[in-house]
Amino acid sequence: MAEARDNVLDVETLSIALRQDDATVPIVEDISFSLARGEVLALVGESGSGKSLTALSLMQLLSKELAITKGRILLHAADGGVTDIVGLGANGRAIEAIRGRRMGMIFQEPMSSFSPIHTIGAQIAEVAMIHEKVTREEARRRAAELLAKVGIPDPVRALDRYPQEFSGGMRQRAMIARALICGPGLLIADEPTTALDVTIQSQILDLMRKLKNELGMAILFITHDLGIVAQMADRVAIMYSGRIVESGPVRDIFRRPVHPYTRALLEAVPRLGDIDRHRKIRPIAGSIPNIFDVPQGCRFHPRCPAAQLPRCAEAPPPRYDAGRHHVSCIHGAEELGR
Amino acid sequence: MSDLLTVSNLSVRYPSREKTGWGKPKSYVSAVDDVSFSIARGETLGLVGESGSGKTTLGLSVLRGVEPSAGRIQLTLPRGTLDVTALSSKELRRARRHFQMIFQDPYASLNPRMTVRDIISEPLIAQRGLGESLDRAMINARVVDIAQRCGLSRDQLRRFPHAFSGGQRQRIAIARALVLNPDLVVCDEPISALDVSIQAQILNLLAELQESLGLTYLFIAHDLAAVAYVCDRVAVMYLGQIVELGPTRSVYFTPKHPYTEALMSAVPEPDPDATLRPILLQGERPDPSNPPSGCRFHTRCRYATELCATAAPTLREVANGQFAACHYATELTLQGAQDLRERKDERVAV
Repeated sequence: MAEARDNVLDVETLSIALRQDDATVPIVEDISFSLARGEVLALVGESGSGKSLTALSLMQLLSKELAITKGRILLHAADGGVTDIVGLGANGRAIEAIRGRRMGMIFQEPMSSFSPIHTIGAQIAEVAMIHEKVTREEARRRAAELLAKVGIPDPVRALDRYPQEFSGGMRQRAMIARALICGPGLLIADEPTTALDVTIQSQILDLMRKLKNELGMAILFITHDLGIVAQMADRVAIMYSGRIVESGPVRDIFRRPVHPYTRALLEAVPRLGDIDRHRKIRPIAGSIPNIFDVPQGCRFHPRCPAAQLPRCAEAPPPRYDAGRHHVSCIHGAEELGR
Repeated sequence: MSDLLTVSNLSVRYPSREKTGWGKPKSYVSAVDDVSFSIARGETLGLVGESGSGKTTLGLSVLRGVEPSAGRIQLTLPRGTLDVTALSSKELRRARRHFQMIFQDPYASLNPRMTVRDIISEPLIAQRGLGESLDRAMINARVVDIAQRCGLSRDQLRRFPHAFSGGQRQRIAIARALVLNPDLVVCDEPISALDVSIQAQILNLLAELQESLGLTYLFIAHDLAAVAYVCDRVAVMYLGQIVELGPTRSVYFTPKHPYTEALMSAVPEPDPDATLRPILLQGERPDPSNPPSGCRFHTRCRYATELCATAAPTLREVANGQFAACHYATELTLQGAQDLRERKDERVAV
């Protein structure tokens, strides 16, 4: 797993389970990925695939009923130090020193992630004051600087405004400013543009790209939108029902997808260019499995056009690798070899 | 093809929440402002625009789900023309079998305490209450038939909505809308609450039903690629007005309004080799209760001149069947969806 790369994050065989009465229900199983400095990894999946839970677990923000049951989350510092987030637990100084400082997070709904009774400036400055023990004046100065950087007009006056006075796009910019004030090495973005209009979405994506190049941070981008993936990501990991089914460089995933789910997903999305090409979109039959009643073996086999029964229904599919392209499917060996 | 729906000079105003001392609203927001268009029988007209552009209000007002404050809505039926705006509330209820709606959120639009059979048959029972002669056997046959066309089996009719996934719930909502055999169906963001793999099922289902039942759709969506996939013509709305209207291909590939151009450029293409060159619009959408003078888009338009700030352009035909509300529609050379995506490589993905 340890590659000779300048990694910021290594997630190794992470599993998350839901505790219910005396049983535990696995929700995310055995997922592994890594992120290098300055790299954008897109975690793609439909609702219920476990992508948001994975993101929350990186910051130990899972709700009480959920717990990490296995695996390691290794966060690398610039000086070579390594911290295992899983070992830190969900409370206490150790994890608090990491949240917001070495990892920033932005969410889908910017209204619910700001408090309505404090000003934007106070909520951004607070992060620097807690983590870096700077004075209020210094923190405000830095907050204003960041608001200017994320493109908020008249940043000094904006500090004293309340979140509800901002439009959706402006709030999302302010949230990015708050996530970046301590200069984290990793930014986790959970569907940051899903609630926004397309023209505002393209402003925010453009901003994130610029900031990444300028500050050199890694971004874990969680989304279901394959268009955003193609435009933003260096690498992609596709999740289905709590497992990563395929991962690899973005061009490999879009040009030579191997897993039948990845292929089906790409064929199910209409594209602007389709008007002339008379390409028909092909839906994926059936629906996403209920987490309490998942199929045995490969989770995708009941919907899979290439399933081989009973093989696919008996055991989880083997994983195959070709360079940095990984796939978990019985057809992986011959398909990756092509 | 003859027109089924004709909308002329339609406006919808909402009163503001602030009241004067006399209890009257201080101001009004024009959610839809002087909009005219028509839809031919069997056609799908797409209505696109960003949040707050008035597309949902327009969709609702066509069915008189909200009352228009001005304008006229006419349905041309084989038996004669129906002036929807002039109907009394009782006549309106009877007329509703000609036009139905499919909503965005199938979790909110189905009554959790009714079985699927009851949900789908409810419109028929309501029409029977209005004097339609329908016996139980006829209702039953009709419900089973439409449910099957929508991909629901006979035993699923006994179940309650909670037993179904989002995609199946949307099938139930579609069956309910179609059980009266309507002429016009307003689809308000019918796929945006669904997962990617399910969206395609619903888009294809809507297309099949249109063909087999001869339906006419007003298809409201913000997903421009989905609209391109299902619509014959597209209307683009900005701040309560239609700024461009025309055949899908023309609007997407040779837009005549700068807002359409910006909208097309903003859609991320699911292809890592397509370099997107988004036209980043300045600022945010203006407050609809206080729209800019002249052309409403001039504050964010990169081609705007002094004329645009003072004179409001009207929607006029600028190419064959293509209408745009821009003073410079015939002078500007705007980029279409294909020009805004540079392909490094011409291989087609997948």
